[in-house]
Amino acid sequence: MQIQVTVNGKTRKSEVEDRTLLVHYLRDQLHLTGTHVGCDTSSCGACTVHVDGVAVKSCTLLAAQADGCAVTTIEGMAIQDSPTTSQLHPLQEGFKECHGLQCGFCTPGMIMTAADLLKHNPNPSEAEIREALEGNICRCTGYHNIVKAIQWAATHSTKPEPNQQEEPVVADEHLFTNDVTTGEVVETH
Amino acid sequence: MHNQVIGKPISRVDGRAKVTGKAKYAAEFTAPDLLHGVVVSSTITKGRITHIDTGDALALDGVVKVFTHQNRPKLAWFDMSYKDLDAPPGSPFRPLHNDRIKYNGQPVALVVAETFEQARYAASLVKIEYAQEPHETDLQHHLDTARKPASGLASLLKPPPPKARGNFDKAFTEAPVQLSTGYVHGFEHHNPMELFSSTVVYGKDGKLTIYDKTQGAPNSQFYVSQVFNIPFRDVRVVSPYVGGGFGSGLRPQYQLFLAVMAARELKQSVRVSLTRQQMFTFGHRPATVQHIDLGAQPDGTLDALRHAATAETSRFEDYIEVVVNWSGALYKAPNAQFDYNVVPLDQYTPLDMRAPGGVTGMSAIECAMDELSYKLGMDPLELRLKNYTEEDPNEKRPFSSKQLRACYQQAAERFGWTKRSPEPRSMREGHTLIGWGMATGVWDANQLPARAEAVLTVNGKLRVSSATADIGTGTYTIMTQIAADTLGLPLEDVLFRLGDTDMPLAPFQGGSLTAGTVGSAVKIVCEDLGKELLKLARKMPNSPFAKAKFDDVFFVEKQMRLKADPSVRIDLQTLVDQNGGRAIRTTATSMTNSLKQGKYTRYAHSAVFVEVQVDEDLGTVKVTRAVTAVAAGRILNPKTARSQIIGGMVWGISKALEEETVMDHRYGRFMNHNLAEYHVPVCADIHELDVLFVEEHDDVVNPLGVKGVGEIGIVGMPAAIANAIFHATGKRVHELPITLDKLM
Amino acid sequence: MKPFQYLRPTGVDAAVRDLTAQPDAAKFIAGGTNLIDLMKEHVEQPTTLVDINRLPLATVEELEDGGLRLGALVTNADTAYHPLVEQRYPLLSKAILAGASAQLRNMATNGGNLFQRTRCYYFYDTSMPCNKRHSGPSQGPAGCGALHGYNRIHAILGTESADGNVHCIATHPSDMCVALAALEAVVRVSGPQGERTIPIADFHRLPGDTPQHDNTLRPGELVTAIDLPANGFSHYNSYLKLRDRASYAFALVSVAAALELERSDASGDQISAARLAMGGVAHKPWRKTEAEALLVGQRPTPDVFGRAADALLDGAQGYGHNTFKIELAKRAIVRALSQAAKLEPTE
Repeated sequence: MQIQVTVNGKTRKSEVEDRTLLVHYLRDQLHLTGTHVGCDTSSCGACTVHVDGVAVKSCTLLAAQADGCAVTTIEGMAIQDSPTTSQLHPLQEGFKECHGLQCGFCTPGMIMTAADLLKHNPNPSEAEIREALEGNICRCTGYHNIVKAIQWAATHSTKPEPNQQEEPVVADEHLFTNDVTTGEVVETH
Repeated sequence: MHNQVIGKPISRVDGRAKVTGKAKYAAEFTAPDLLHGVVVSSTITKGRITHIDTGDALALDGVVKVFTHQNRPKLAWFDMSYKDLDAPPGSPFRPLHNDRIKYNGQPVALVVAETFEQARYAASLVKIEYAQEPHETDLQHHLDTARKPASGLASLLKPPPPKARGNFDKAFTEAPVQLSTGYVHGFEHHNPMELFSSTVVYGKDGKLTIYDKTQGAPNSQFYVSQVFNIPFRDVRVVSPYVGGGFGSGLRPQYQLFLAVMAARELKQSVRVSLTRQQMFTFGHRPATVQHIDLGAQPDGTLDALRHAATAETSRFEDYIEVVVNWSGALYKAPNAQFDYNVVPLDQYTPLDMRAPGGVTGMSAIECAMDELSYKLGMDPLELRLKNYTEEDPNEKRPFSSKQLRACYQQAAERFGWTKRSPEPRSMREGHTLIGWGMATGVWDANQLPARAEAVLTVNGKLRVSSATADIGTGTYTIMTQIAADTLGLPLEDVLFRLGDTDMPLAPFQGGSLTAGTVGSAVKIVCEDLGKELLKLARKMPNSPFAKAKFDDVFFVEKQMRLKADPSVRIDLQTLVDQNGGRAIRTTATSMTNSLKQGKYTRYAHSAVFVEVQVDEDLGTVKVTRAVTAVAAGRILNPKTARSQIIGGMVWGISKALEEETVMDHRYGRFMNHNLAEYHVPVCADIHELDVLFVEEHDDVVNPLGVKGVGEIGIVGMPAAIANAIFHATGKRVHELPITLDKLM
Repeated sequence: MKPFQYLRPTGVDAAVRDLTAQPDAAKFIAGGTNLIDLMKEHVEQPTTLVDINRLPLATVEELEDGGLRLGALVTNADTAYHPLVEQRYPLLSKAILAGASAQLRNMATNGGNLFQRTRCYYFYDTSMPCNKRHSGPSQGPAGCGALHGYNRIHAILGTESADGNVHCIATHPSDMCVALAALEAVVRVSGPQGERTIPIADFHRLPGDTPQHDNTLRPGELVTAIDLPANGFSHYNSYLKLRDRASYAFALVSVAAALELERSDASGDQISAARLAMGGVAHKPWRKTEAEALLVGQRPTPDVFGRAADALLDGAQGYGHNTFKIELAKRAIVRALSQAAKLEPTE
């Protein structure tokens, strides 16, 4: 079937199989691979994205169910100032600065879940954070710094002025990548 | 003037890539016309495949091929070829080798299709008939078949049990206070968050670029090259980011074999990802049964110690781990005996899992010491100190460094141990019983040889690389720090890269040895680069460095300076210009100093103090606070190191209270094989965790004096929790995990 | 997943027609948080999915009798945080928030929650025998793997069929439904024969010798709303869930306890109404009015609570790994009632 989904601000029309899961649509068709698959059975939270502003597990949602919706993935969290500079979302900055990650595999899902929490509860207590993250499993960090990262983000709002820092070279930049995305972009917001 | 960044809490250099979703793990790489493979797993435990019908699967749109043992390509004939660099003694498992089923969940077919969903559905339609044979999977029912494990190369890092000392039987019989106890641990699976995946990109020339989930890209390259008889130069394995390992990526897993086989046969790029259920169909922490006998004087002096362990292994390989040796090294009991045996069963070979053997054995001895302390009416910490040893009684040699006593003291003080009321069940608030317990942790500080390359680029920046891995530990960050410090450059001018077989060879990441092993190589290669720079400086006209030796100079602020007169200095950029504007490149190997190191026992130590709250009626347990003091040599980065320890402590909570893979032995199948029913801690399980690093200098372990922190955080934790639960409830639980039903 | 036809009607009648056209092979999908997982495991293999998310069933309305109507498509999250639910039915709010995770509650709907299938390991693994899953060879062998197997999470009540045999010891996994049982909710359905209402106690069924049927719905029927009666027991209630970790695990035992207390004399309170339902112990939320009757007219004391617990657990049977649940359930009931009566703090 044909679906129309606004992903990270860009509206896309795509042809998908009825049984295509949202996570596979994002990863395989749009090449937005920051959304990870950690269990494929809605248990781990690594695939968390926002659909119409609320956090959901994209491994347990048909792409067809998201037809007509707005989807935000981890790639849509930072504000792109220019082609080479971007300003991280406070949660991204918090996870980076407070060492809220080790292997990084659960991180996008953690950030997306935390973003939903902060929308409803801008100043959560430690206990509220620990409760809110119940659907996200981290096997590395012991959660300690994840809680701190979210507390950090709660007290640091996005600064309006652009941060003109060049994006540093990432270590795997030299490797094979294929950033071509399929799915026709019909408009840009 | 040195050490501007080593020892500082630097934020991870890979942080930005990971918080923006740009970090690519094995299944995030793609290729034009990529095919997707889904594995079909056996549903019986032992027997033969009598018939396979792939007709329905092949009839579906998009399905390209179904591989089974009947149509797989011819591969290397000899067992030897399937031995990866971490293979224990035996005959490695060969996927799709023949019709034999050796364990439940064994891969029996690979369905390759154009999309993942096509392959997944087709895999469910592959019909397989089996002739079943009786199987044996229950360790506790087959203890009578225990035998000594075969020894092999693996015993280099995993020594056999120490020789007996004194006369245990006599000393134990005569001891005024005796304790005989036992502990049973179940299966556990590593379950890193990333599913095992291999994306094999088939090049136009037939060369393979493999994005693999592995803790050692060179091991995957070696394995593929041997099994498929491809020259090394035609196989490149790349693994820049790894979504957790904990040991599961030490050996190539079967998705690598299957993806490479399919890509070569179909001459097309293929990705094979395992499902979470299939993450329970390869190596695991083995189930164990342990017995400990302790004989002591009334003052707590240990006269006699016996520690015996029996673990399961597969029918085809003898997996071993070091379980019983730690007891003998930690306590000076003059009469001691050790035993370690394996029981081969119809399941996959176990595989090193975070602090393999260490957390198993230390959990037992540290619970036993706790039991003994109550028999003696002695404080558990006093009992440890009473039997403290400054020399390794197993090997009769000194420790390269051992600040365990300071760990005990500092952690006890931070915890407030002196306020403990010694009687069990003596601390409570309403229904809530409160307990305080402690335990010791020990882990190896090994170093292996490694290679690294350093390049000072045309614009004066430093590029260092080594084919090691960063499974989340912080390798990218600490190697960047070491390189930056050695050549006096700011962090942002240094790029460290890893996880690529085109880079100089390094061992897999495991056993807490990367910091010392690869760190030494990085330090040495940067020093070698510094020597090259000095050569260039000496050749310059009227050079003030003309007579300088390497020991006479130091590097700081992008400059080389003379120690004797730091005002004599030269910019590194100038030296690049002196080199004709060309980059300056060196490669070096760090060797281990076996002669010196062999004279010492090299361990990291920890002391753990834990408070639990147990609901007296309902049996629920909360670890309300825990303090770990760690002596692990030099701490390169307190931020990454602390996180390693905290992560390890949470693994300890998991092992003590939650984690176990349960098998239905009638079927030989793991039943809770998903993340909903295989319980690991969630955020709400975790409360106050505190880490102290005790200062420790060690110039034996490696040139950096680091011991590694990947394992030591978990080792003492389960026993400390179990001991705290006893203190709270008066109940000694001898089987982990301690679930609420065992405390009701 | 097996390929399926995906339909997206916008009206209740059309949805019912779409489903009735293929009575054995079509399924409704709302949030899909359980159904899609089951389809991935090939436990469920519908050939048609009727997506009902565009049906006008997503409102919460006050009823004239003082009750509340929860639309079938209101998400679990929106229900739990709805001001009227929080004020008047805090027990329901607590039960919903004790289940699943934030992301799942954001997708899962009230109607869908009633149709959660068991978490039995053997049910989920198509290579294992299971009478509940079994409806043909494509869904694995018949039998009950759990009965003599690993049954830590399984049922202790209501497992025997009329012939005295046990065909299934699966439990119903929902937390929300346990609160609905205690609150005596009423399920509104629409079907080929029109609309009808089903008391929650009659909605789910015991396994008997046909454990493949979880509920008493007739072919083609669609849940449109759940009605809550006026009395929400908003002053004295507790939802206690015991599990193997602090959050995000299915209940070993859960208890929904609700009381009305009246000051009888100077010396203390007396129970004037009581509701008690359990989760994690049977094929449906477990409730017995006899147990509640033992509480009414009594003072709220642990002894009285214990007698009610014994009555509710009457006939309980363990199967090995789950035998501890019998004692655990009794203690949990006493604790939950004590919390409801405010004799004990809630966590």
